[in-house]
Amino acid sequence: MNKKISLILREACNLVVPAVLLYAFYVQFHGDYGPGGGFQAGVIFAAGIILYALVYGREKTQKIFPTSVVRYFISIGLLLYAGVGVTSLFMGGNYLDYNVLAHDPLHGQHLGIFLIELGVGITVAAVMIMIFYMLDEYAD
Amino acid sequence: MDIQTIINISLLTLLALTAVILLRLHNLLAAILLSGIYSLLSAGLFVSLDAVDVAFTEAAVGAGLTTVLLLGAVAITGREQSVTRHSKLLPIAVTTITAAALIYGTLDMPKFADPTAPIHMHVAPRYIEKSGEEIGIPNIVTSVLASYRGYDTLGEVTVVFTAAIGVMLLLGGSRKSKNQSLNKTDKNE
Repeated sequence: MNKKISLILREACNLVVPAVLLYAFYVQFHGDYGPGGGFQAGVIFAAGIILYALVYGREKTQKIFPTSVVRYFISIGLLLYAGVGVTSLFMGGNYLDYNVLAHDPLHGQHLGIFLIELGVGITVAAVMIMIFYMLDEYAD
Repeated sequence: MDIQTIINISLLTLLALTAVILLRLHNLLAAILLSGIYSLLSAGLFVSLDAVDVAFTEAAVGAGLTTVLLLGAVAITGREQSVTRHSKLLPIAVTTITAAALIYGTLDMPKFADPTAPIHMHVAPRYIEKSGEEIGIPNIVTSVLASYRGYDTLGEVTVVFTAAIGVMLLLGGSRKSKNQSLNKTDKNE
């Protein structure tokens, strides 16, 4: 990896990456009200991280998001999603029936959708970052 | 002609143009960039069809991430496509027949934006009328994806998960990187 990073590239990256990451969270938690949701949020988050990795190098990014941690998050998201389904089974509903998750069916739906979207976002972001790491490691 | 038709026609023309140029390219780097442009144009088309969620996904995944990941893949495999020497008649025949069959199939389809098309008469009215009371969130797309069609979305996430497992198995995972750091001294010799 290049030791010397162009000043323009570095400053542009510093400017864009925080905005991209913040926007990812906005898309994640605002998906109920506007366009977007877990999938898009995960991809945007990963795009921010990948942009950082392209400018500063993979090694530096891996100090913040180590491969071992990212690998766990790939399954954590999916398990969170499936876990919501199992929880609704234990609470007396069908699999992925969010109505039973809270006292009020609507609150249950809100909670269920929030959790599964979070699961989708975590898995998608982790998967995309992981694929990038793998390709980059292999190319070195 | 209203503005929407003009936008649709120009976007579709650009899409077709991009596809034709893509076919004629042998430089993979340029092909990847063009496929990114193709995705961005389709995202524009989805916006003009009022499918903002789909457009969002297409722009973020197709134009954004896929381009970067494919560039990473090309960095491993090389920039030029190997030129094939065998006859192109069979591929042309297969494509022509498939295209003819597909176009023949569209003849039976309901007209563009027909409100009485089967797709608009089946479950869509129920989602539009009832999702406000049943799910209680304004974005119907999210209600359908996350709640009514929760199983499908779970399946999609599993597909993404499987893709990651596949890439990790193919490209080595952490074991590979350890070996590489050990092998680095050998490579430098």
